Formats: sequence, C-alpha cells, structure tokens
Amino acid sequence: MARTMWDSSVGKKTVMAVSGLIMLLYLVVHMFGNLKIFFGAGDFNHYAHWLRTIGEPVMHYEWTLWVIRVVLVVAVVAHAVSAYQLSRRDLRARPNKYVHKKPRASYATRTMRWGGIILALFIVWHILDLTTGTLHPGGFQEGRPYQNVVDTFSTWYGNVIYIVAMLAVGLHVRHGFWSAAQTLGVGSRTRDRALKTVANVLALLLTAGFIAVPVGVMTGVVS
Amino acid sequence: MKLTLRVWRQRNADAEGAMSTYEVDGISSDMSFLEMLDTLNEELILNGEDPVAFDHDCREGICGACSLVINGDAHGPERTTTCQLHMRSFKDGDTIDIEPWRASAFPVIKDLVVDRSAFDRIIQAGGYITAPTGAAPEAHATPVPKPDADFAFEHAECIGCGACVAACPNGAAMLFTSAKVSHLNVLPQGAPERETRVLDMVAQMDEEGFGGCTLTGECATACPKGIPLMSITNMNKEWLRATRKAGKR
Amino acid sequence: MTIPAAYTDYATGAPVVDAKAPTGPIEQRWDTRRFEAKLVNPANRRKHTVIVVGTGLAGGSAGATLAEQGYHVVQFCYQDSPRRAHSIAAQGGINAAKNYRNDGDSIHRLFYDTVKGGDFRARESNVRRLAQISVEIIDQCVAQGVPFAREYGGLLDTRSFGGVQVSRTFYARGQTGQQLLLGAYQALSRQIAAGNVEMHPRTEMLDLIVIDGRARGIVARDLITGKTDIYIADAVVLASGGYGNVFYLSTNAMNSNATAIWRAHRRGAYFANPCFTQIHPTCIPRTGDHQSKLTLMSESLRNDGRIWVPKAKGDTRPPNRIPEDERDYYLERIYPSFGNLVPRDIASRAAKNVCDEGRGVGPGGQGVYLDFAEAIQRMGRKAVEAKYGNLFDMYQRITDEDPYEVPMRIYPAVHYTMGGLWVDYDLQTTIPGLFAIGEANFSDHGANRLGASALMQGLADGYFVLPATINDYLARNPHQEKVTAEHPAVREVMAETEGRIERLLAVDGDRTPDSFHREVGELMWEFCGMARTDAGLRKALERIPQIREEFWRRIKVPGSGEEFNQSLEKANRIVDYLELAELMCLDALHRAESCGGHFREESQTPDGEAARRDDAFSYAAAWEFTGTGEAPVLHKEDLVFEYVHPTQRSYA
Repeated sequence: MARTMWDSSVGKKTVMAVSGLIMLLYLVVHMFGNLKIFFGAGDFNHYAHWLRTIGEPVMHYEWTLWVIRVVLVVAVVAHAVSAYQLSRRDLRARPNKYVHKKPRASYATRTMRWGGIILALFIVWHILDLTTGTLHPGGFQEGRPYQNVVDTFSTWYGNVIYIVAMLAVGLHVRHGFWSAAQTLGVGSRTRDRALKTVANVLALLLTAGFIAVPVGVMTGVVS
Repeated sequence: MKLTLRVWRQRNADAEGAMSTYEVDGISSDMSFLEMLDTLNEELILNGEDPVAFDHDCREGICGACSLVINGDAHGPERTTTCQLHMRSFKDGDTIDIEPWRASAFPVIKDLVVDRSAFDRIIQAGGYITAPTGAAPEAHATPVPKPDADFAFEHAECIGCGACVAACPNGAAMLFTSAKVSHLNVLPQGAPERETRVLDMVAQMDEEGFGGCTLTGECATACPKGIPLMSITNMNKEWLRATRKAGKR
Repeated sequence: MTIPAAYTDYATGAPVVDAKAPTGPIEQRWDTRRFEAKLVNPANRRKHTVIVVGTGLAGGSAGATLAEQGYHVVQFCYQDSPRRAHSIAAQGGINAAKNYRNDGDSIHRLFYDTVKGGDFRARESNVRRLAQISVEIIDQCVAQGVPFAREYGGLLDTRSFGGVQVSRTFYARGQTGQQLLLGAYQALSRQIAAGNVEMHPRTEMLDLIVIDGRARGIVARDLITGKTDIYIADAVVLASGGYGNVFYLSTNAMNSNATAIWRAHRRGAYFANPCFTQIHPTCIPRTGDHQSKLTLMSESLRNDGRIWVPKAKGDTRPPNRIPEDERDYYLERIYPSFGNLVPRDIASRAAKNVCDEGRGVGPGGQGVYLDFAEAIQRMGRKAVEAKYGNLFDMYQRITDEDPYEVPMRIYPAVHYTMGGLWVDYDLQTTIPGLFAIGEANFSDHGANRLGASALMQGLADGYFVLPATINDYLARNPHQEKVTAEHPAVREVMAETEGRIERLLAVDGDRTPDSFHREVGELMWEFCGMARTDAGLRKALERIPQIREEFWRRIKVPGSGEEFNQSLEKANRIVDYLELAELMCLDALHRAESCGGHFREESQTPDGEAARRDDAFSYAAAWEFTGTGEAPVLHKEDLVFEYVHPTQRSYA
C-alpha cells in the first residue's frame, strides 16, 4: 500500500495533504502559544518551559517535544520531497509553453511552489534564529524566549522576513487546506463553500495571529 | 471581417515549429471558427502553399476531434468546442493566435494536430465494465436511483477532446480520467471492478507522462461539456478507498 | 470497335437472391438461422483474422464481440480514436420493443412500424430480426454502464418518436448516440488491452483485396505517415457508415466518406438502392456559402415543438408578431392523427412544399418555425429546459437566437442513407467473405428509416447478427490459402492505389478539392434531393461525367503522399463521390415511383403524397459495377410481404 501511494501521482498528493494537515495543526497550536507573549515575559517563558515538560512524569524532560519535532521533520521532508517530485513531473508534462500566455492559468500553482520554497527557507532561518540561536541577533539566551523574540523583532530584517513568510503561510494554507480536502476526497458540491470558508478563516487567523507578535514588538506593546 | 491569424506551423513531429502570420478577409460573423480556417486553407491551396492541418470531424461539438488553443484558451473564448465557436465572438481587425494542445503526452503530429492516443490507453487500462455480449441480465433487474444515474450521465458526457490537459498548467489528465471513473464507479454495474478500475486508470495516466493535479480548476473551466472539478475529488476518494481495500487483501 | 453504351442504358441481369434467409414462421427465422449456421471451434477461432473497418456503433460492437468470441480482430478507423466515429452524434434515442410502458408495444409492432415506415421496401425477415434483437440491445447496453435516462423509481425512461404511436425510445438526454458509442468503444478498448484487437486509428481503407473470388484483406493508408499497406484476413467486415456526404452539405461528419463501400462495389459487391436518402426535417438552416456542414436538431423536439409557417406568402413579420390565426400549423392540419410526429420523409417534404409556395421563413425563405411557446406555457420553462436544454443551447450557439424567446428555424438536410452494399440475411455482400453492417448496408430500413432506428440497427448488426453469421462463413472456409504481399492480386491492388494517389498529386491544377465536392454536392441536392424528376436526373447524369473529367484535369492537391495530407485524403474521397453520385442518379431515374425518401414528382397522389408503384418496383435494386462511367447491371431482389401487407402509407 505504501508503495502504491508513493508511486502514484495521486498517492503523492495524499502524502502532501496529510503532511500538510499535520503542519497546519501544529501551526494553529504554535500561533496560539505565540500569543501568550502579550501576557508578559513570565507567562510566555513559563509556557515555553511547559512545552518541554509535556507528558511528565511518563515522558522525560523534552521527550514529548522531541517526538513532536520528529513528527514535524518527517512531515516537512515528506511534504517537500513530494512537492519537488510532483513539480518535476508537472514541468516535464508541459515542456513547451504557449506562445499566447495566460497568467491566470498557473496562479495557484505558482504561488504554491514559490510560497513553499519561501517557507522552507524561512523554517531554516527561524530554527537557526530562535531554536538554536545560531543566527540570532544579539546574544541568544537559552530558556529566555521572550527576550529572544523581542531581539529578533527589533531588527528590520527580522520583521521583513517574518512578515513576508507569514503572508506566504496565509496564501499557502488558503489553497492548501481546500486542496488537501479535495485530495483526500472529502470535498463535495454541497461542502465546497464551507471548505473554502474554513480555508480562508484559517489562513487569515494564522497570518494575523503570527504577525501580531512582530507588530506588538514594533509598536512597543511587547518589549 | 478582416483578421490577422498567427498560426503554429510544424511540418511533422520531428520538425521545429513556429508561428506564421496570415491575413484573412471577407469573414462573416455567422461562420464557425473552423469555417474561417477552411477559408484560409482554400486560399493557401490556390497559392500553392501547404494548408493548415487541424483535427475536426463532426463539427457539432460531440466527437471531440477539434482541438485548438485560441488566444491561449483551449477551444477559445466561449465554453464550447472549437467547432461550435463562431466568428461573432471576434471583432473586425482582431489578431488571433492559434496553437495546438500542448502537453508532452500529446505530441504534435503536424501543425495543430496532436496525438491523443494516451487517452485511449487510459480507457483501455480499465475504463469499461466487463460485460461480454450476450451475458447481460434483463435491463430492469437492477434499478439505478435517479440521482446516481444523473451523476453517471453528467460524467459520461466527456468527449475526450483533451481541452482539460491543454488548459492545465501541469498538463494533467485528471479531469478526463476522473470523469470516466466517476461515471462507471457510481453504477451498480460498475461495482465489481470499482477498485481495479481506478487504480489501473490512474497508474496508466501517470505512465503516459501527464502531470499531477494542483487543483487550479483550469481543466473544468475549459471543459466544453462542463465536467465539474469535483469529479477529481471523487476520483481521489475512489483511489484512496481502493488503495485501502487493496492493502487489506 | 464497339461504341460504349450510355450510362443510362443499363442491362438487367439475373435476379439476386438471398440464399441465407430461412423460411417458415417469421418469428422463428432468426433462431433457425442461428441453429443452422455452422460454428467455429473456440480453439480454432484465434487462428482466424477478421478485419473490421470502422468503429461506430456497428463496427465497434462487432469488433468487441468478435474478439470476445476469440477471433483475432484487426480494426481500422480514420479518426484519431475509435471513440470519435460519427455514431457519436446521434441525439434522440434507440428503439426497443420492451413494452415497459405497457402501451401496446411488442416485437411485432416494432417490426410492423419499421416495415411500414420504410414504405415497404425492406426485407421482412431482416426487420423482424431487428425488432427481436432490439430488446437484447438495451439489456446489453445497461450492463455496460450506458447511463440511459431513468425515472425516480430507478427504472428506465422512454419517449415517443416520429412515425409511431408508442413510447419505445430509450435515450440519454440528447446524447444517446454518444453514450451507446462509448459503451461499444469501452468494450472494444477492453479487447484492445487484452491483445485480441489490433487497432489502427488514423488509417483509412483505400481498397479491397479479393482473391479467388473471396475478400481476403484491404489496402489502407496510414494518415500520419502516408504509407499504404496491405492487411490480410480470412474475412472483411465493412462498418464504414453511409454516403450522405456525396451531397457536400449534410449532417454527416466532415470526414465520413464512401470510399470503403465504393471500393468494395468496384471489386464486385452489389450496391443496393443507392438513391434512398433520408432528408431529416429538423436541421438548422444554412447561413451562407461558407457553410461546411449542417447541424441536426434531434427529432425528439417534434414531441413538444409545433411546426408552422405564416399563412400568407412573403410574410416577413417577426414570428412573435404573427397572430395565431395567421399561422399555418401545416403538419397538424394535413396529418391530424400524427401531427408533428409524422415520419421524417413526410415532414421534410411538407417543409419543402411550404417553402416552395413562398411561405418559408428566415434568410432566403428556406426554413420553417419550430415553436416551443405552447410547450413552455404548458410544461413550464424548467421542464422544457430539462428535456431539451442542451439542444436549445446548441441552437443558440449556432444561430445566436434564443429559442426560449423566438421560435427555432429549421429546414431539412441530408442525414442518412438507407441504401448501401447489398447483403443477404447473414449480412454478407455478393463477395464471399465480405460483410457489411450498420449504415454501410442496405438491409433494414427500406426507403425511409424511422427515428431512433439507426442506433438499433447498428448495434443489432454488430453485437448480435454478424457475430452469429460470420461463424458460418469461417467454418465453411477454414483453411484459406496463405496470402502475402507478393501475391499478384495483392500487388495489382497496391499498384492501383498508389497509382491513384500519384495521379491526384500530379495534376497540380487550379481548383481545390472542396470546390469539386461542393459542385457535385449542389448538383445532387438540386436534382437528386428531396424531389426528383426524370428530366432533372438526366441533367445530373449528363453533368457528373463532365465534372469528373474536369476534376482529373484541374484538381490541385498540395504536398506529397508520404506525409499527413488532409487535402489528399479529401481529394481521394471525392474521386469516389464522383462515381457514386452517378449511380445514385441512375437508381433514382430508374425507380419511376415515389417511396419513402425517394420522391419522384411524376409519381404522386392527387393531394401530393408519394405514390408507390408496387406492381413495378417492389424490389431492391442491386447494381453491379462494370467500369467508371459505364452502364452498370441491375439485379433485382424481389420483396415478398407475408406479414405486413403493403398499403399506401397514411399518417393522416
């Protein structure tokens, strides 16, 4: 069954849909967690610490977090590899372009592809910035995420990168969520409007929720 | 009407192609698009030039032979087949670009004629119900609920023209394949082969080198018969169901 | 030196006899024949190759069924896919004597209606078999997943059609032909995948190979590469459709052609009743000289639409401004019991008559109204839309007029040819081993075909009749001589085919293929169309050889023979039209009676109806070819009516 999945263009789309939904779920939780920053450094840092203690005492310190990280990495890799392979197939299937071009035709496809690439690069930067601290502006302090966030969003490029990426998230989720529903076969004529609405609401919520943080820092609400 | 046509000319499958420009005059707005091309060809023949090759047959919008991309739209600006497009959709003095279907699974044979045999092979892979002649039970033995019959018909309307592939930025044949899967899989007669049909047809579709679906919806917009995009959703569902079932066996 | 006889001085040869039709009670004849036919051992079937030319309803279903039986089938179509054969354009429906409506239908009634509808020029045995098989066809198609219209209870819906008073027409919206063809195409596809059918799309038959008096193969041209090749088989089945495109403007597909049957005729197969042409009453009128083809509007529209013209000559008011009492609903007036549902030939001629009187509507006065105002009032726009929506859309697309608001304009157009290769009860032509099925043969419709009967006949021939009868031929001729490309007869046919192509390319004249096609088509429409006269036909017969001569002097075919060359394809088909047209006119001239679609002005009743002359013409005319432009030989097959007694048709 796994073989059939991976070998088929429809199956690979299923992989993309499922991995995408996993990441989407994570993003929603992540976005709500981020909003804790508006309750002050204490609350936010406490939340960050709690993330490492989920499941105790059954799970050891950070075990759950690592489980989540592994699932996410698998999802990201599966999503990206499928996307790459499918895109290769798509480009091969249409090697000669029309002389008379219609920009509309490939709008969704192009935003998904470029959006995906932007997001992949963003994730790398985001981890190096706020997880490992490798690329962090100023001194990265383990266990003091509140300050780290404020530091990042105190730079112009931190804000630009982040906001651009979050707009990309919105666009990606908007088509991706609805698209995943079709790929998994849960779409239908009667459900179509509802699915499109949910996709739009999710996209808006995530973009707004995430962007609230740098905006908060820039406006001084968070400092 | 007087028009400028820019037409894709390609001597054969191996030759390089390019757009050539022609002027046509005396075009009536009652003419069909293909009758306008007939007029051009008559002139070309008399001038000792090679007439433009294009596929066409029934000229009433049902055989699916005609296949032109007109100003970037498969079958042109109206939602119909090229043969049912009339010159009243254009204005005097217009420049019209005419190109063949573009997809690596549909190689050009000559000028505007492409090879769509990949579609036949997708049907051969499973787009049928095994019912040898003479083996049929009485037609009324199996009633089919009207909504199912209507659903089947809506998808069975596909004329196999390939506009979906031509319009898809990925050159995907999902709408064509899903139309046949949806037609046959909803019927009680199609039930015994429900799983193998969708699995085999999708595998053949991939094998032919069509692209994948990114759900841009261009196929359904171009489809002259109005096969809905939901047809693809339905095929995905059928495919997943079949894959699960095959996994259990 | 003998002076060649004029074309019209034909000789009458020995009668042609259908040696295969069993005698005895008519309802048992098909069973009797099936029992008497020899069978081929299943293990031996794969050793037999059968060529099938054409993939429409008849060819597609025959290819699939023969392959299922175990024969090795080699099949051809000129289209890029077998799914595009012109059967796909049939709109209305398919008749079957299921009597699901309990409205008094039966196999015998369908048989009776068809013989009567054909104006008593069809063979009783064949028609009875057709009616009997009609029932099985519906079962077969439903099993294949053909999405026929259904009622809310899930059972099949039917509607009534021209020329009958029962509701026996099964349909799939306005696309019945498409759905039935896709059913056959899918069955054929299954056999192609299984390796039992070797399919050659974009390949056109150009000649028949006859060896020792038997059909042994064909010469065909690959339309992509231009290469001509030979294909050898134990039997050849022609399912190449009708020859309505002789008229240039018709409802046939642009590339439908008569080459396969005409080449077979030249090789010895008799051509029967070539003048029997059906002019369909409900087509969209032509708009100008650029017109390349005519579009049919399903006859089913006559169920709810009312046909009329203004009572006054030259009334140019828009239809909605003509008051009710100034309209002439002429079909309802002349034929009160059938009204708008009279058979096609009658409806067409009536339209021609009112237009000839100067009461026609639209540009050039070549049209009559088909009005849905009353139906929309009675059923509501929604119901009309559900029933005819796609037809209305098509009409609007072509004419730019909204038929919900303005009555449609319709005019008759060439639609179907009842004539074709002469076949016996086994569907075998006069060349042993050569079979003709579907519209390509002449067998079942007499002088006029009823609506929704073409689909029935095509599928009956392909699914049921031919697969049963071809066994007999193959079983009686199990070990045929091996034939190769080196065989002198094969080389001769090949050389002739290549010679003709070279000749066409060599003329390099100054007229296009279309210009000749149009010329002969207009001539035929004028003199061999809806109404024919002795003088007119003689004029056409004088003109055709002149056009033919001019064709070979002035034709211009660009390009070469070794490539994809649509002009060459066209020109090569016109060569055959220019001979077939002559035979059609001769047949029309010799049949000095009116019957069905053949209306001779000299033979009509005082009130202008067709007057049949059973005393002199109760036969099928089978013509034998003797040479281009040379008088053919007429062989008559006498028609015997034991069950349906010929009467003057009355639909009043």
